[in-house]
Amino acid sequence: MAETTYLEAIRQAMSEEMDRDPAVVLIGEDVGVYGGAFKASEGLLERFGWERVIDTPISESAIVGAAIGMGYAGLRPLAEMQFIDFIACAFNQITNFAAKSHYRWGAPVPLVLRGPCGGGVHGGPFHSANPEMYFVHTPGLKVICPATAYDAKGLLKSAIRDNNPVLFFEHKFLYRRIKEDLPEDDYTVPIGKASVRRQGRDLTIISYAAMLHTSLEAAAELAKEGIEAEVVDLRTLLPLDTETILASVRKTNKLLVVHEDTRTGGIAGEIAALVTENAFEHLDGPIRRVTSLDTPVPYAPPLEEYFLPSVAKVVSAARELAHY
Amino acid sequence: MASSLTREQHLDLYYYMRLNRDLEEQMVRLFRQNKIVGGVYSSLGQEAISVGTAYSLGPGDWIAPMIRNIGSLLVRGFKPRDILTQHMARYTSPTLGKDGTSHFGDLKTRHVVSPISMLGDLIPVMTGIAMAGRYLGQKIVAMTWIGDGGASTGVFHEALNLAAVQKAALVLIVENNHWAYSTPTERQTALRDLADRAKAYGIEGAIVDGNDVVAVERTAREAVAHARAGHGPVLIEAKTMRMRGHAQHDPAEYVPKEMIEEWKRCDPLDRHEKFLTENKLWNAKTKQEIDQRIARELQADVEFAENSPFPPPELAAEGVYCEGCHTIEADWKRPKEEVMPPRSSVVAKWQIKNPNAAEGPSKRTPASTHSPSGNGARPAPSAKTSAKPKHAKKSKGARVPVKAGH
Repeated sequence: MAETTYLEAIRQAMSEEMDRDPAVVLIGEDVGVYGGAFKASEGLLERFGWERVIDTPISESAIVGAAIGMGYAGLRPLAEMQFIDFIACAFNQITNFAAKSHYRWGAPVPLVLRGPCGGGVHGGPFHSANPEMYFVHTPGLKVICPATAYDAKGLLKSAIRDNNPVLFFEHKFLYRRIKEDLPEDDYTVPIGKASVRRQGRDLTIISYAAMLHTSLEAAAELAKEGIEAEVVDLRTLLPLDTETILASVRKTNKLLVVHEDTRTGGIAGEIAALVTENAFEHLDGPIRRVTSLDTPVPYAPPLEEYFLPSVAKVVSAARELAHY
Repeated sequence: MASSLTREQHLDLYYYMRLNRDLEEQMVRLFRQNKIVGGVYSSLGQEAISVGTAYSLGPGDWIAPMIRNIGSLLVRGFKPRDILTQHMARYTSPTLGKDGTSHFGDLKTRHVVSPISMLGDLIPVMTGIAMAGRYLGQKIVAMTWIGDGGASTGVFHEALNLAAVQKAALVLIVENNHWAYSTPTERQTALRDLADRAKAYGIEGAIVDGNDVVAVERTAREAVAHARAGHGPVLIEAKTMRMRGHAQHDPAEYVPKEMIEEWKRCDPLDRHEKFLTENKLWNAKTKQEIDQRIARELQADVEFAENSPFPPPELAAEGVYCEGCHTIEADWKRPKEEVMPPRSSVVAKWQIKNPNAAEGPSKRTPASTHSPSGNGARPAPSAKTSAKPKHAKKSKGARVPVKAGH
């Protein structure tokens, strides 16, 4: 079987779930005739028709609101944000309507809200955001950030079948850059389970999305120096797989967290608190983090490169921690 | 005043309005006794709107009431005890004490969506329910309410616009009670009539005397029929007056006294009682029987609420996620095969219906081809474009068509 890109894996997940379940519909801006700004839904309108692939006005709040209503009526809507930066326009619908619905009055919202996030493509301050932590701080949501084509497909299928509002952040840098052989048969990847991508003994590097690949490259570099880093891919940020995180730290005794999200209030802080609360006696060094700067995402290539984590920055921080 | 309702239905309208008012009087009493945990948001003087609009719906239809639409909840089959226990934060309430006031609902049988406190957000949600209903072949109508203040939100515009292009079976009741907390309508909008907004979305609009329950019911019934027939959303502006403050804590001293006095003369319950008497639909004995029945029901439900426990504290940690406790099930009223390949397959190409856009500025003839599914909608019974909104058949006295300018 030919190798499948991360983008194609997402398209396959949507198409296969729409084939499997007529309750699955897609709603968003330019998702139908145009096939989505990144072509993630290309071909879906042809296959499933106008009633199931719905082009909307430029109204993010109405898109999410309508999808919530569809979920109440028994459908399993997929709503697309053309760029995930625009999710801010629908913040109230997500955090006050969808997230609190089951807790408040026992009304589940089976909604998947997906869209392209992330930098490294010179998209500038409004087309590069990683807004996951606004939502990780919102009880009732699930937040998924896949790093591989296999996970993108398997986790999107799980998200569609889930009874809760799931935010599915697709890293646009990975859309066409990574590809892999995927199984022919239907499969899912469980929400809330991290994955150890590389075994190691000297330190743990926790990451997700595009930064997983940066971390794996850094681990390969470090191995040349005799430093064996264990690399954990979170895959889901909410709910967080605390068991896998703590097990790895108990094994390596040192922790570096790498994320593309900005530094203050990023998931690294939460993980650091989790580890000090639960595995303090296992730590042989300070918890370190490599993140983007606390600034908006800048446009010019040298500025964005300076802003983002890099293999060199991860290697440097990991080396220092390994020798601590 | 002509009405198509039966005597029993007219008495129903009285029952629900009287129940609504007497229930709220009980809630005010409980509030003064410190038995209400949060606020009480009075709908005094607005009962005809809650009751009349909800009464026009069928059993399969959906509603999403706002905080002052307790009357709609009663019409939909919720009991005074549901509303009392909600306000008193008891474990026996529909939300088990997790939320208060009229923030509750029922997806499965009564088809009621709980409001949130942020205004306007119910409109896209109910649009989505109407879209899903059409997709599932249910022929349902979704109704929700908004105030003159809530009509100022951005999501009001987004949602009504989406509902219009989707020809969603949505009926939006704009309750113009002239006050958004302390701010008068003239500081919310430069329009005299909020119903004029309908024209901006290319949808049907109407104005109704919100204190005349018979007129409200008839106007809503027409709007519901229009929406159910696939002609698109309807906006009804119901003119009324908020006779109390924003909530029980607010004496509303900012409201001119003469305004209150004037609206007191239009009290919706007084008017309906007069209507029933003048049309010989009841007598003193009928009234007494209904009033006594309400008093009995309220007494029992107040006792029930007062004797109900608060929820156990540990409940606070439960129920954030649905972990298999609910099933997501669509009620299909059409063959699923219609929406599955190969039958669902289409040519992914727009057919532009707007004659101005499709044929250029010089040709103003109507488009000869029509693609009813081009905007995701199912074929509507009327294939005309919505460039010029059609007015549904008017009924005497109840309904004022929207006119541009004043």
